[in-house]
Amino acid sequence: MNVQLDFAAVLSEWPLLLTGVAWTLGLTIASVIIGTLLGIGGAWVRARGFGSDMAPAWLKAVVTGYVELIRNTPFIVQLFFIFFGLPAAGFKLSAEMASLIAMVVNLGAYATEIIRAGLEATPKGHIEAAQSLALSRRQIFLWVALPPALHKIWPSLVSQIIIVMLGSSVCGQISTEELSYAADLIQSRNFRSFEAFIVVGALYLLLSVMMRYALNWLGATFLFGRR
Amino acid sequence: MMEFSFWDIVRNLLMAMRWTIGLSMIAFIGGGLVGLLLVLLRQSKSAFMNLLATTYVQIFQGIPLLVQLFLAYYGLGLFGINASPWVAASIGLTLYTSAFLCEIWRGCIASIPKGQWEASASLALSFYEQMRYIIFPQAMKIAVAPTVGFLVQVIKGTALASVIGFMELTKVSKTIANATFNPFLVFSCVALMYFLLCYPVSLYAKHLERKMHVHR
Repeated sequence: MNVQLDFAAVLSEWPLLLTGVAWTLGLTIASVIIGTLLGIGGAWVRARGFGSDMAPAWLKAVVTGYVELIRNTPFIVQLFFIFFGLPAAGFKLSAEMASLIAMVVNLGAYATEIIRAGLEATPKGHIEAAQSLALSRRQIFLWVALPPALHKIWPSLVSQIIIVMLGSSVCGQISTEELSYAADLIQSRNFRSFEAFIVVGALYLLLSVMMRYALNWLGATFLFGRR
Repeated sequence: MMEFSFWDIVRNLLMAMRWTIGLSMIAFIGGGLVGLLLVLLRQSKSAFMNLLATTYVQIFQGIPLLVQLFLAYYGLGLFGINASPWVAASIGLTLYTSAFLCEIWRGCIASIPKGQWEASASLALSFYEQMRYIIFPQAMKIAVAPTVGFLVQVIKGTALASVIGFMELTKVSKTIANATFNPFLVFSCVALMYFLLCYPVSLYAKHLERKMHVHR
């Protein structure tokens, strides 16, 4: 048996790979920012001691349903539902927009659960101290409870962000031009399918390692620097 | 042109669900066996074996499952094995599952107090005996809840086997959506079916977790 691998044929298509990396990173960064905000909102509703005690019952039910539904269905089905299903119901979306929405919705659900755990670990004394300083509920949440909660759960959130980045490879299935789509395109040009996916796999590995370092550094330096 | 009634859609999806369940079971059992081997490598005193297992886990956790499945599919073909999507999906998902289970179980073993190792070593137990009689029984108790929780990830992971043409729930739903021109209904049904499959498992994992914390 003679197997000949030709990586040069794949690497010569580097502009495609570069576009793919750019889309993957861009989609991930955008969905992380929006998804984390969504997660903070969801976490407020779900967390004991916060929204769980004061938010209206219907809101709690909606957020709980959202979190459980997203966490118990595959990302690819969520994506297909948004891209193929919603247009049939009257919402037309481009592939890129559908990918972004799917990633935001997906990360939002996981971030809700992660941040909620952080919020519920807030020591009672902190909140009581803030109350005795006559801070409003909103101030207590934003300035007393949330920052240490985010600090505590940052490593889990980073892991989830990387899972979302890897999950974005599925978006190529609806023709978003991210990294795995580039692999598909390259193999359709030169039939070097195995090499194409090896190269793209290595790029994903590199991206996930770099992203973990970058996010940990970002968290330590900017977000939670002051101690 | 064939007309699809609602019942036709549901029936076809239910039939496809068998393959999703079957593939999940193969991946979970196969992944468990390979994962067990990897955990043992991680515990071994040889630095090389340790590095081997660590690298394996790093690679499979750092590459998207989608790319792993494509690699398994095209890779087997490249080496002259005429792989059906069935075989490629089983292999791809097994390797993926094993990496994650290895990492989960390694954490469980690491959480066993060091004194247990030392005490069993002072009783002159061999590495195998330490593992078999002292460490594993304790680690297994901790491992049950996260392992069941990971089963949900495996079931969701099988949805990606659709991209290499394996006719499971997601692939069938796409085909039906194309045939009926009613993607909204079809994908809603599919999402519901995955939910019905995964949610009980999630609840059971949560229940196990709660039960374990009571003991402490």
